[in-house]
Amino acid sequence: MEILKPAAAGTLESSDAMVTVEPGEEGIEFELNSTVIHQYGNEIKKIVMETLERLSVQNAKITVVDKGALNCTLKARVECAVFRANSQKENLPWGGVIQ
Amino acid sequence: MINKVGRDIPDEILKETGKEVFQGIYYKNKTEYIKHGPVTRVLMDNESSKLVDSIHDVLVKCGIKDGMTVSFHHHFREGDLVVNMVMEEIHKMGIKDITICASSLGKAHDPLVPMIEDGTITNIQSSGVRGKIGEAISHGKLKGLATMRSHGGRVRALLTGETVVDIAFIGAPTCDDYGNCRGIGGKSDCGVLSYSVVDSNHANKVVAITDCLVPFPNFPAHIEMTRVDYVCVVDAIGQPEKIATGAAKPTTDVRKQMMADYCTKFVTNAPYFKNGFSYQTGVGGASIASTISLTKIMEEKGIKMGFGVGGLTKPMCDLLDKGLVNCLLDTQDFDLDAVESVKNQKHFRISAGMYANPFNKGAFVNKLDYVILAALEVDVNFNCNVVVGSDGIITGAQGGHPDTAAGAKCTIVISPLLQGRIPAICTDVTTVTTPGESVDVVITDYGVAINPLRQDLIEAMKDVEGIPFCTIEELRDMAYAIVGEPEKVEFGDRVVGIIESRDGTIMDVVREIKPFSFTE
Amino acid sequence: MMNSNKKRLRRSMMFLNCQKPGLIKDPYIYKPDSIMLDLEDAVAEGEKDAARYSLFHALQEIDYHGVERVVRINGLDTPHWREDVRVCVAGGADAIRIPKVESAEDVKRIEAAVEEDEKAFAKEPGSMLLMAALESAMGVMKALDICEASERLFGIALSGGDYTKDLQTVITGGGVELAGARQHMIIAARAAKVQCFDTVYTNLDDMEGFKKEVQMIKMMGFDGKSLVNPRQISIVHDVYTPTEKEIIFSEKIVKEIDEKKAQGIGVFTVDGKMIDIAFYDGAKRVLELAKASGVYKGDM
Repeated sequence: MEILKPAAAGTLESSDAMVTVEPGEEGIEFELNSTVIHQYGNEIKKIVMETLERLSVQNAKITVVDKGALNCTLKARVECAVFRANSQKENLPWGGVIQ
Repeated sequence: MINKVGRDIPDEILKETGKEVFQGIYYKNKTEYIKHGPVTRVLMDNESSKLVDSIHDVLVKCGIKDGMTVSFHHHFREGDLVVNMVMEEIHKMGIKDITICASSLGKAHDPLVPMIEDGTITNIQSSGVRGKIGEAISHGKLKGLATMRSHGGRVRALLTGETVVDIAFIGAPTCDDYGNCRGIGGKSDCGVLSYSVVDSNHANKVVAITDCLVPFPNFPAHIEMTRVDYVCVVDAIGQPEKIATGAAKPTTDVRKQMMADYCTKFVTNAPYFKNGFSYQTGVGGASIASTISLTKIMEEKGIKMGFGVGGLTKPMCDLLDKGLVNCLLDTQDFDLDAVESVKNQKHFRISAGMYANPFNKGAFVNKLDYVILAALEVDVNFNCNVVVGSDGIITGAQGGHPDTAAGAKCTIVISPLLQGRIPAICTDVTTVTTPGESVDVVITDYGVAINPLRQDLIEAMKDVEGIPFCTIEELRDMAYAIVGEPEKVEFGDRVVGIIESRDGTIMDVVREIKPFSFTE
Repeated sequence: MMNSNKKRLRRSMMFLNCQKPGLIKDPYIYKPDSIMLDLEDAVAEGEKDAARYSLFHALQEIDYHGVERVVRINGLDTPHWREDVRVCVAGGADAIRIPKVESAEDVKRIEAAVEEDEKAFAKEPGSMLLMAALESAMGVMKALDICEASERLFGIALSGGDYTKDLQTVITGGGVELAGARQHMIIAARAAKVQCFDTVYTNLDDMEGFKKEVQMIKMMGFDGKSLVNPRQISIVHDVYTPTEKEIIFSEKIVKEIDEKKAQGIGVFTVDGKMIDIAFYDGAKRVLELAKASGVYKGDM
C-alpha cells in the first residue's frame, strides 16, 4: 500500500500509542518515543516493521509515540493509520493482511 | 565480587568505600562497636543567646567550609523549604564539596540540581531521591557517589561514625530560644521529629530552624535543648498543604481492593493473627484499603492489635480510637488525622533509631509480626527494588522497607502485576534494595505467591479459600505472556550510586543511564 | 444444532470501550461472566474505524480466560454496522449485541449479515450468537417477536436510558418508570425460552441502591445485568449466589426426583413440601449457579 496522505491513529493515554504515517520516498523512516523504550524499544520496532511489511508499505515516514501499548494495540494503531492514509474504512481485509 | 543476592559489586567501589558486600540479613548480628560521639561545645554561662538572625550567620558561626557534611530531615515531605533555604545560602557563599545527608529528598528539592552540576554538592546520602535530583544522579552529574540508605541504615551510619555530620539542620514546627523543638504546633505541624533525633545526638553542630518561636520551655521537647547549638527563626520552614494532607479517600479501584482483600485474608489466616499481634503498613491505596478491611475482621473476631508502628495514616489511628490497638509508635505522620492523633496518650513518638536501627540493642521492627509493603519490582527470588525506576533512573526511596522486611515475621509486598507495560514481577530486578530472604509473600491482582523459604506459611495457607495462590515464577510468566519479556535496561559503566544494606554492606550499585539505541 | 453457549451463565455483562487499550487488555481478572466490547456509544463517531482494529486484535490475541466476549455493534440506522459485523465474525467474537432493536426484522438483517460473513471468513456456521437490546417503547412491545426471530439469539436486554426518553420520562432510581418494560420483557423471554438482562445502573456512588436493584431484578427472574464498572461485579455475583439453605434443599430435590422417577412415583414431599417433576429444572439451576459462584463442590 502507498501512503497517499498523512494520517494518524491512537491516543497518548497510558497503554496506548499514537501512530503517525506520512508519505516517504526511500524505504521506511521510523521514529520511536516510548515510556518503555529500554525494555521494549526493539520489540516495538519489530512489530511496527512487520505490520508495515504485511500491509506492503514500502515507503513511509512513521512516528510512534508509545505509552506502554501492548503488541496488539501497536498493530491496531499502525493498521488504522495506514488505511486512513488510503481513505479506506470498509471491506477491510480482516484476517488477511490485517492479522 | 558477587554478593549474597547475586549482584556483582565492582572491586573499585569496595576499595573506594571500604565496605564489604552484602552477606545476608543477619551477617552483623551480635557484633560489637563503640558509638561515635559528637564534638560538643559547652555552654556554661547564663548570658549567651542561641538565637541567630539568619541562615547566613548561623552557617558562619558553625564554621561552614568546603567538604563538610550537612544533614536534614524529611518530615515536611514535599512541603519542605529548609533544605533549599540552607543550600542556597551555602551556594551563595561559594562553598564546595558538600555532602548532604538527608533522611530523604523529594521533588521539592529539584532546585538543588544546579548545585550538583557546579560542584557545591558532591555527595548525597539519602533514603532515596525523586524528580530532577534522581535524573541528575542517574545521568552522572554528581561528582561523588549517591548512597541510598534505609531509615534504620541511616541511624547506623551516624552511630558508627561512618558518616560524621558537621552541621545538622532541624526544621522545627515549634522551638523556644534555647532549642527545645517540638514537631507539633506552629504553621508546619508535622506531628513528630523522629528522623532528627539521631542527628541531634551525633552531629557536631545542631541548628534548629523554626518559623514559630514559642516561650521557653517548649516542653515536652522532641529534640532537647541540651543538644542544640543555635536557633534560627525564618519566615517559613514548610508549605503546610504539602506536609500533611487530608486522609486519602478509601480506594474505588477494584484491583487495589482485590489486592487488599487478598492481603487481609492472608493476614487473618496466618498464625500471627491473635490478640496482641503487631502490624505496620504503608500509605498506598491497597495498604489503606487492607487496613480498613482488617479492622472489620478484628471487630468481628474480637482480636486486638498489640502495637502499630512506623509512618501513620488515618486508618491506623482509627484503630486506636476504636480501642482495637493497644498503642501506636509513630515515626512519621502522613495525614492530618495522624498529626492530630499523635496528641493521644497511647500514640507515642519514637526515634528512627528506636524504630529501625539494626545497630542498637534491639529495634521495634524486630518485634513486628506483619509488615505490608509496596515495590516497583520483585524478582523470582523475591528480591525487591524500591529505588530505581524501570527506565533506570533513581526515582524512589528505601524508607523503612529493608528494615521492616528484615524484622517482621511476615513481610507482605503488594504490587499490581503490571504497571502499564512494565511487569512488576520479573526474572531479575533492576536493582536490589530489599533481599528476597526477608520477603515472605507477594500479592498481585493476578495471584499471590509465598516465598518457598516459608514452608510454614505455605502449610498454614493450604486450606485457605479465596486467595489465588501460585508460584512467583507463575506470576512472572503470566506477566510476560501479556506484555512480552522485557529487555534489561542498559547502563553505562560508571557507578553513580550504591544501595547500602541496612548493616552498611553493599546490596547493589546503580550505574549511569545509557541512552537507548536499537540493536539493529 | 443448538450452540451450547446459548444458555451459559450471564449474571454480569460488563461494558468496555473498545477504543481504550488499557480497559480491554485484562478485564477477566474481575471475573465477569461476559464482557461487552463497545463499538457504539462509547466510541466517538470519528474513531469507529480505529476501534475495530483494536477489537480485532484483542479478539485474536488476548486470552480472556473463558470470559464471554460480546461485541456491541452500531445500530442499523448507522453506516457502521455492516463493517462491525464483519470484524466481529472475522475476529471470532462469541456474540453480537444489537442495539436499538425494534422488530424481528432487525434481528434477521443482522443474522443474514452474520451468515454471509461466517461463509466469507470460513467460520463454523452458527457459531456467532446474538442478543438484542430493546431501547424503545416499540422494541419492548415487540419483545416476543424479537425473542423468536433467530435461533442464534440467546437473550434480550433492556436499555433503560433511551427507553425512558421514549416514554417521555427519566430514570428515577426507584424503578417505577421501568417496571412495565421489565415485567413485559422477562415474560416474553421466558415464553421464548431465552435469557433476559436488566439495564445498567450508572450511579457508582450509590452501591446500596445498586444492590437493591440487583436483588429486585433477580426476584423478577432476570438472568443478569449490564454493568458499567468492575466494582459492580462482585455485588451481582453475591446477590445471585444461592444460600446454603437453597443449595441443600435443591440437592435433596434433585436426588429425590432421580430416585422416585425410577420407582415411578410422581409426587412426594421434601422437608414437608410437596414436590413434583416441575421442580427439577429449577433445582438444577440453583446447583449450577452455586457451582459457578464457587459455593458448591458437590457433583449434582
